[in-house]
Amino acid sequence: MHALANPARFLRFARPATSWLLLIGLALALAGIGAGLTLTPPDYLQGETVRILYIHVPSAWLGMAGWLGIAAASISQLVWRHPLAAVAGRAVAPAGATFAAICLITGSIWGRPTWGTWWEWDGRLTSMLVLFFLYLGYIALASAERERGGEGRIAAIYGLVGAINLPIIHYSVLWWRTLHQGESIGIAGSSIDSSILWPLPLTMIGFTCLFGAATLMRMRAQLAEAKVEARMRRLGS
Amino acid sequence: MNPWPFVIAAYGVAIALTLVLLMWAFASMRRAEAAADALKRK
Repeated sequence: MHALANPARFLRFARPATSWLLLIGLALALAGIGAGLTLTPPDYLQGETVRILYIHVPSAWLGMAGWLGIAAASISQLVWRHPLAAVAGRAVAPAGATFAAICLITGSIWGRPTWGTWWEWDGRLTSMLVLFFLYLGYIALASAERERGGEGRIAAIYGLVGAINLPIIHYSVLWWRTLHQGESIGIAGSSIDSSILWPLPLTMIGFTCLFGAATLMRMRAQLAEAKVEARMRRLGS
Repeated sequence: MNPWPFVIAAYGVAIALTLVLLMWAFASMRRAEAAADALKRK
């Protein structure tokens, strides 16, 4: 992590990594989507609707992983004063918010034919909606702080406090048994049949690579903007 | 209830939002790096 603290060294890594993540991400996501829509059998209970799984689960994982990234960047900034930590936190947030929104929308679409409702104030759905609003708050706070020339410490504290929501999302299906089903994929295994499950790793890895590519592109944009601002200040003085 | 309109809508939203995110990130990166390069050449 500290090896990439130098922006020039980081850019030497980020430039090729962006292209590779984009290419691998697009290939795997498309392969997983294609397989999920055409090659897997319908579920005995849910029928064809189960195919939403291949986009809903990766988006839920990335919505949560994004905030985990923000929390890690916040610790890195507050404890070690890593020069790229605030940049990383600000870059992760739009991607995390997008995937949290995809998770909520696809979940709602899945819920209508499965549960008979678009929305229910269930523990999992509500805590995921809270995560989406936390992202919006983080984006607004971090950009306001940056405009005022701050170091991003307030946004970092907000990022750490917001991480409290992650275990709430994870354990919500155990704490409040309402509409959302319990954990079907865990470390010990999966309750989903392998004939249905196999395209899921493709979309999981594919969308994760695309998330990484979007984050790296945002980091590169912010570093270039900072370079322009510094140059303009030098020219002005 | 025909499930396919729901499946297509879910995939449509997911693909569209992912593409919007990637295109926005790419465009902002290209714009910022072009501005930095132009300033370096001055």
